[in-house]
Amino acid sequence: MGNLIELFIASILNHNIALVYILGMCPLIAISTNVKNAKGMGLAVIFVVTLTAMINYPIYRLLQITGTSRLSLLVFIITIAATVQFLEMVLEKFIPRLYNAFGIFLPLITVNCVVLAISLFFVNRDYNFLQTTAFSFGSAIGWFIAIVLLAGIREKMANNADVPKGLAGKGIVFIILGILSLAFIGFTGLASI
Amino acid sequence: MNWIRMKYTRWFNISKDGLVKNNPVIIAVLGICSALAVTNKVENAIAMGIGVTFVIMASSMTVSLIRNFIPGKVRMVTYMVIISTFVILVQMFLEGFFPNIAKALGAYVGLIITNCIVMGRAEAFAVKNPVRYTVIDGFASGMGYTYVLVLIALVREVLAFGTILNVQVMPDTWPGWVVMAMAPGGFFVLGILIWIIRELSNNYDVAAQA
Repeated sequence: MGNLIELFIASILNHNIALVYILGMCPLIAISTNVKNAKGMGLAVIFVVTLTAMINYPIYRLLQITGTSRLSLLVFIITIAATVQFLEMVLEKFIPRLYNAFGIFLPLITVNCVVLAISLFFVNRDYNFLQTTAFSFGSAIGWFIAIVLLAGIREKMANNADVPKGLAGKGIVFIILGILSLAFIGFTGLASI
Repeated sequence: MNWIRMKYTRWFNISKDGLVKNNPVIIAVLGICSALAVTNKVENAIAMGIGVTFVIMASSMTVSLIRNFIPGKVRMVTYMVIISTFVILVQMFLEGFFPNIAKALGAYVGLIITNCIVMGRAEAFAVKNPVRYTVIDGFASGMGYTYVLVLIALVREVLAFGTILNVQVMPDTWPGWVVMAMAPGGFFVLGILIWIIRELSNNYDVAAQA
């Protein structure tokens, strides 16, 4: 149990999927212009990442038994696409309030590399089911924290920061991310994976 | 061929678009995950660049060949299946012939599937154009991606390890900036590279300054 908690904390802070492993950058940069959208995207990611990791784990074990783990990439990506599609339909029918909160972000998640990366990482690190769940949930929360922090900073900077002309737009985002990343690496030693 | 007239041919413009004007990493800011995660060594950057170029060319070609048969509603899933097939090929090739590089790249080879450049080229170019232009476009985008990766890796490897392609270039007393081999180094180098290139080419982000 202590092991699981350590894994969970490590994947939020010093093994943050966005700021230390540099994954999920496209949506992180594209959707972080205001905090409200960032929260929507972050919540959708938490939901989908945890769910798909839990679905992909038994499927991977099944592939291993049949000796076709070479195809895991192809199977994972189809599972993810199908899950997202299915989730969209279920939410629209039964929980319309949540569906509206997620808005356009749900379909975008299929091409978010965090989702696929979590599935590949649990294969590489040989986790069991509980570890996979803790790791995927923690990583997703880490991504949520990263996008909300970035959006908050960008929102404040949009009006009253004097950014050099060549650095305006996307350039300055990388400098912010670099500083945030330094801060998260500062947690090294708190918990290990 | 007449050199002046060449500037107006379609393939020249497509190449210029991918390599310079709409460079996928610097200007469009796509495919950043792999651009930063694997560029702490030049050899990894080259392997990743060539892998991505191959996947873009092959998948764009396939998409372009069957573009009239893909139903609009399931086109994303179709692209995904095509792309992941080629990525598995790249993964097997690297594991078979360059096991060291395959180990260093780890899960990031598999993540070529979700590299936005591959998907973006299929959606924005390959479904609307004949095969011969698609090949040029894929090659130009892939090479535009590769040279930026190698540039970033050159800076990071020299500062972090004092080497280029594992050959020592810095004096023995070089301290080695560990942070350059980690995520923050990648972010800072890319940010500064974007700044330099935008400043040199006078190509500013107009929308951001409004």
